[in-house]
Amino acid sequence: MAEAMEHEFMDDFEDTQKGKFLTFTVGKESYGIEIKYVTEIIGIQPITEVPDMPEYIKGIINLRGKIIPVMDVRLRFAKPFRDYNDRTCVIVVDINGISIGLIVDSVSEVLSISDADIVSPPDINRESGHKYVKSIGKIGSEVKLILDCDKLIGEEEVKLVNEKGELL
Amino acid sequence: MDNSKESLMDIYIFETFQMLEQLEQAILASEKEGCIGTNSINDIFRIMHNIKGSSAMMMFNKIAELAHSIEDLFFYLREEKPQEVNCFTICDLVLRSIDFVKEEVSKLQNNLEPDGDACKLIEDIKGYLLVLKDDKPAGNIIVAQKRRFQAVLFFDDDYGMEDLRAFNTINKLKDIADSIEYFPEDIIESDTASVFIRENGFKIVFISLCSFKEIEAFFFNAEFIASLELSEISEECPNTNQVISQDAKFEQLPNKSKVLEEEDRNSASRQSIISVNVNKLDSLMDLVGELVISEAMVSHNPDLAGVINLDNFNKAARQHRKIINELQDTVMAIRMVPLAAIFQKMNRIVRDMSKKLNKEVELEIIGEETEVDKNIIEHLSDPLMHLIRNAIDHGIEKSEDRLSKGKPAKGKIRLEAKNEGGDVWITLKDDGIGLNKGKILARARNNGLLNKADHELSDREIFACILLPGLSTKDQVSEFSGRGVGMDVVVNNISSVGGTVIVDSIEGGGTSISLKIPLTLAIIDGTIVQVGNSVYIIPTNSIKESFRPREEEIIHDPDGNEMIMVRGDCFPVLRLHKYYDIPTEVIRVHEGIIVIVENDRKSLCLFADGLLGKQQIVVKALPRYLKKINGISGCTLLGNGRASLILDVVGLMDS
Repeated sequence: MAEAMEHEFMDDFEDTQKGKFLTFTVGKESYGIEIKYVTEIIGIQPITEVPDMPEYIKGIINLRGKIIPVMDVRLRFAKPFRDYNDRTCVIVVDINGISIGLIVDSVSEVLSISDADIVSPPDINRESGHKYVKSIGKIGSEVKLILDCDKLIGEEEVKLVNEKGELL
Repeated sequence: MDNSKESLMDIYIFETFQMLEQLEQAILASEKEGCIGTNSINDIFRIMHNIKGSSAMMMFNKIAELAHSIEDLFFYLREEKPQEVNCFTICDLVLRSIDFVKEEVSKLQNNLEPDGDACKLIEDIKGYLLVLKDDKPAGNIIVAQKRRFQAVLFFDDDYGMEDLRAFNTINKLKDIADSIEYFPEDIIESDTASVFIRENGFKIVFISLCSFKEIEAFFFNAEFIASLELSEISEECPNTNQVISQDAKFEQLPNKSKVLEEEDRNSASRQSIISVNVNKLDSLMDLVGELVISEAMVSHNPDLAGVINLDNFNKAARQHRKIINELQDTVMAIRMVPLAAIFQKMNRIVRDMSKKLNKEVELEIIGEETEVDKNIIEHLSDPLMHLIRNAIDHGIEKSEDRLSKGKPAKGKIRLEAKNEGGDVWITLKDDGIGLNKGKILARARNNGLLNKADHELSDREIFACILLPGLSTKDQVSEFSGRGVGMDVVVNNISSVGGTVIVDSIEGGGTSISLKIPLTLAIIDGTIVQVGNSVYIIPTNSIKESFRPREEEIIHDPDGNEMIMVRGDCFPVLRLHKYYDIPTEVIRVHEGIIVIVENDRKSLCLFADGLLGKQQIVVKALPRYLKKINGISGCTLLGNGRASLILDVVGLMDS
């Protein structure tokens, strides 16, 4: 009985978050990330560099006493590094219990995108960066690239890029 | 739903372990005395009753059944007070039961089904109870017949003259009791006695042959008594003054007194202590850590730089800082746990082993109130157990041998703990045969564990060989020890909490093994060094010295490795900026600084740009996502709120 209620409650909870995406920009593109992953958004913080890390892991920051790693999404997508400014934000996400900060050019807004407006990405374009795109959301004439969080922080990917980095 | 069951289970496991520990202590104490006192009987009865109740609630019927049979036994002891009971048989039975329940509960802890069978044990207990009931005398005597009582009387407020009434009561009491002591003592002479009695009650301690009920009735028949608290007390506290200072106020109706007093006694031991989930403490400490940093951010805020008159602000900021420092200390203190719990466990091991090996051994415990961090305590139990076993098995001789050597027949093991600086020293000393240097040397040579000539080795170095894996000087492997793995386990456990093991021995005179353990793992003294734009922290206790080298002191070997001569010893140099590939302008050695770090016998020179300062740091684990980085043991927050990495000296040496 209690279990059933809990389920119901969880469903409700998920429902309010379902179809909502936090959108941000990296370069010219606009990306979306499912709101359920997002813990908070903070301005850019002083970053402590950590040795022996892939380039896109910028280091660690102090999030009110908690130390979390930060990833530069630009570098993760193999785009050129850009200096951080006032618009630069860190989106703190919690993916499968791992807290990590994503450094993005700027955060835009929270949008609702209905399932009908979400389509799979075209299979042909495997341009760097787009392998992290799970699907594409349409808002009027605009297009939001919805990120696959698991892939974004996925361990295999880390290794792959690591090897690549060494090769380069 | 699952959650609630789980937390119930946690509580059950925790409480049961706690009760078993109490029980074990009570039993061991009784066994030492050779008799089970009324108090112990009550305690054991109560504990068994609790275990029975909670086990039955959790549907662990075997445990409940066993507890029930023990309860029956003690119920009989309590009610019938058989004059002649073999206390050792009882102790054995109870200890066996404790072991059984412990094992079952450990199974629960590891998510296994408690499937042990206690039938034999229950039968034994029931059988013994039958023997008792048949009233067959069987040996030692227990149960004090004369009992000591303590009564606190409050007289009716309206009549005054408390002193006289108190005096009358004492006079009457003399008919049924003796060894009467009371407080205040000078009831007749003193003017203030009346006031004192009115406020705090009149306390009497006496010995009587009468039962609790009879004494209670006696007091109720006395005149003008408004309320009474009557209790039976243990033999060991004859000092009334002490008793009175412990509890100051009580107010209850006479007919409820017994019940309330019982409750009071039960709760008194628990009320002062609560158990808290360690995770909560960790997050509390995190919060305090943040507070320390945010305080620094506020009081050193750059916006304040231009303001001239900050007197009031500074005053307030100082006060603020002081409170935060105190808070930090308190939080640290909360995590500290006295060593008593694990020291007491050793009593049991000594008892069991000395019985099995037929050696007489006495364990002396000193400084059990010494406190260490909760995390560390968990790593101490196994090593101590090993050491005690070693001491009894290898160290202490049999009584005959001891007597022939002119030693007392009873072997003695001293377990001592003390604070010294930032460390805790735990020393285990026995007066057994000691270590045989020649034998150790021979064994070590055979196993190829030595690479120095005999005469170059100091005594300590030789003794330290027994800590190496695979070296046992015992010729035969016994049930308890002799396989040569034990000491290795000890060393591993102790070094995992940052401690060291030191062995000393006098051949024929005994061995002493000292464990040096840091007070806490969570906070360490760190030295901050700069490398390029990054700062790193080196644990201060591993730093031997630091100095600015001259260019010509550096020696290069053909492979390009750098070394430096310091007072005749040659150390390898590790440039942190090269190791971690950090861009820096400080490349030439005389511009930077050399820090010599040391671990056990190895040393290494770290080259950094400069020393920035010292700080107490709260050690945190690296985020899981980053995995393991060579030479980094964790991270922390600096005073300015930045995260910083802690260097792992051992890791750097291995690389």
